[in-house]
Amino acid sequence: MAILITEKTRVIVQGMSGRIGGFHAADMIRYGTNVVGGVTPGKGGERHLDRPLFNTVREAVEATGAEASLVFVPPPFAADAIMEAADAGIRTAVCVTDGIPSQDMMRLKRFLRRYPESRKMRLIGPNCAGVISPGKAFMGIMPPHIYMPGRVGIIGRSGTLGYEAASQMKALGIGVSTSVGIGGDPINGSSFKDILQLFEADHDTDAVMMIGEIGGPQEAEAAEYARAHMTKPVVAYIAGLSAPKGRKMGHAGAIISAFGESAQEKVEILAAAGITVAPNPSAMGETMARLLTMRKVA
Amino acid sequence: MDIHEYQAKEILARFGVPVPRGGLAYSPEQAGYRARELGGSGWVVKAQIHSGGRGAAGGVKFCQSADEVHKFAATLFGKQLVTKQTDANGKGVYRVWVEAASDIAQEMYLGLVLDRKSERIMIVASAHGGMEIEELAESDPDSLRRMTIDPAVGLSEFQARELAFALGLKGGQIAQMVTTLRACYRAYRDLDAVMVEINPLVITKSGDLVALDAKMSFDTNALFRQPQIAELRDRSQEDPRESTAGDHGLSYVGLDGDIGCLINGAGLAMATMDMIKLAGGEPANFLDIGGGASPERVVRAFQTVLADGNVSVILVNIFAGINRCDWVAEGVVLAYKQLGLTLPVVVRLAGTNVEEGKAIIANSGLPLISADTLAEAAAVAVAARPAKAA
Repeated sequence: MAILITEKTRVIVQGMSGRIGGFHAADMIRYGTNVVGGVTPGKGGERHLDRPLFNTVREAVEATGAEASLVFVPPPFAADAIMEAADAGIRTAVCVTDGIPSQDMMRLKRFLRRYPESRKMRLIGPNCAGVISPGKAFMGIMPPHIYMPGRVGIIGRSGTLGYEAASQMKALGIGVSTSVGIGGDPINGSSFKDILQLFEADHDTDAVMMIGEIGGPQEAEAAEYARAHMTKPVVAYIAGLSAPKGRKMGHAGAIISAFGESAQEKVEILAAAGITVAPNPSAMGETMARLLTMRKVA
Repeated sequence: MDIHEYQAKEILARFGVPVPRGGLAYSPEQAGYRARELGGSGWVVKAQIHSGGRGAAGGVKFCQSADEVHKFAATLFGKQLVTKQTDANGKGVYRVWVEAASDIAQEMYLGLVLDRKSERIMIVASAHGGMEIEELAESDPDSLRRMTIDPAVGLSEFQARELAFALGLKGGQIAQMVTTLRACYRAYRDLDAVMVEINPLVITKSGDLVALDAKMSFDTNALFRQPQIAELRDRSQEDPRESTAGDHGLSYVGLDGDIGCLINGAGLAMATMDMIKLAGGEPANFLDIGGGASPERVVRAFQTVLADGNVSVILVNIFAGINRCDWVAEGVVLAYKQLGLTLPVVVRLAGTNVEEGKAIIANSGLPLISADTLAEAAAVAVAARPAKAA
């Protein structure tokens, strides 16, 4: 099944008539993604990439039955575009946009909570590479050919480090069920834990590669979830072991940031939760390979 | 983006936070004049730099005459003030704030920050403020009161009242604290701040609340809609290499090592630095060339990295998604020729248009060193460093 996207998922692209949106939408279509239309306010009725354009997401959903939206809208307008998707009944939105103001994200996350569970939209990103189910479809900006179809899930904050993991695994003959970029912003739509839950329930995923970095509470939260609820093995890598401490002006941030935000602390927390931590970024693939072999033997 | 104390005080006062009377000076003479203008018999003279810990570093002094104000200010202007929060170069003092001294009965702490866990603005407050707040947070974290604010409703009056009582305030101080809290929250929200801090927030001997110090930081992603805040940017307080790099779409942080790094994506940049350390080297910098980098931007990135005289090797590590390996390769070749490079350059390319990129490097006729993997790139770069004279 893979998670979040398959070749059947009906996808629209918000901002498809833009230069960057159009470039990546074309790439997605070539790969086999079921792109059913695009949304650009003011261009409704026109066509782009041989697909219909709509003025609003609501019109697009009504006309095409779209379930997922890729948001390629500039930062000042991106949060509004995501809320529009949620209100129109889109189930999964992936936002690539980098530079959305943090208070826009705060209000957006609060806004998403107004919908009942049965029609609540899941947001992936912003500031992420997107989601790919190799061999089936993708929504985002990743180079799709570096992913081999298979049975390991990938979750990462950093886009390029996620590519690194996928290509190391491919070199060792390990394929990917779905790879999810959750994005590098302080406030994001889905956390490591949210995506771990999806992989745990997915019949086509046997193990998960989780790529974190310094800062924020989400890796520690994911470790706790994996320890208590996951039956599938998880390999993790945390970037930033050698990063210098940030120069901060005030103390307030330092006071509320709890234990578990430095790379070293995250590694300790993950290891204590029974997660196999790759010792360095070149060993992500081989650590996963070793774990899968051990599983087969056992 | 950070601003100066006096600017934060002006902003917070506009929203209703009580602040002491004061005046800004651009010269020692002006500082003395400000003291006479303010009147009274005691003044606090404060160096304006984008850093905390100024008091302990000798940047703040209580003076008892206008002449003393003048003399102390004269020692500050043009000085590089080194505090616990700055690097070894410190930050230059070009403005001084002269303030009417307050009679302090008690020092409290008040801060508003973005809490990543609740994804809301969090208020942090303590009845014990002053310089030891970080130590207090470690030794007695329970003394810190925390409260998150629902962005759909804003800070409620009852929440502010609860906090005021919890801090042990009495009588008219309760209403003053509620006003102060709501003012800080509105300033944070309306101006797209990421941090507001009043430390100390004092109770004077006459029982009134006054913000004796103030810091504010702003969300750079929101400056497009806060032009009056964007104008407060003070480049004299920034690392010139970092701000120049930022002007060209590059994210750069200078470090102490000798291996210059050009990488795309912050995560891969950190991972590459980890790998360099593991291979026995030290990175000279963090540099993210960003997405869709043109050959010209790559040349600019080389210039930025090479401005650091310690650099003896350059490592280019690109895993292109939204980038293109051929553009990056063109940039590398262009930089090598234009900048007349002689030091070793290690190039690792992967992802979008990788074959085209590798061909450009291979056919350039330049002594560029290619690597296929992250581990190989780091090892080769560390080995390529010229042997240091013993």
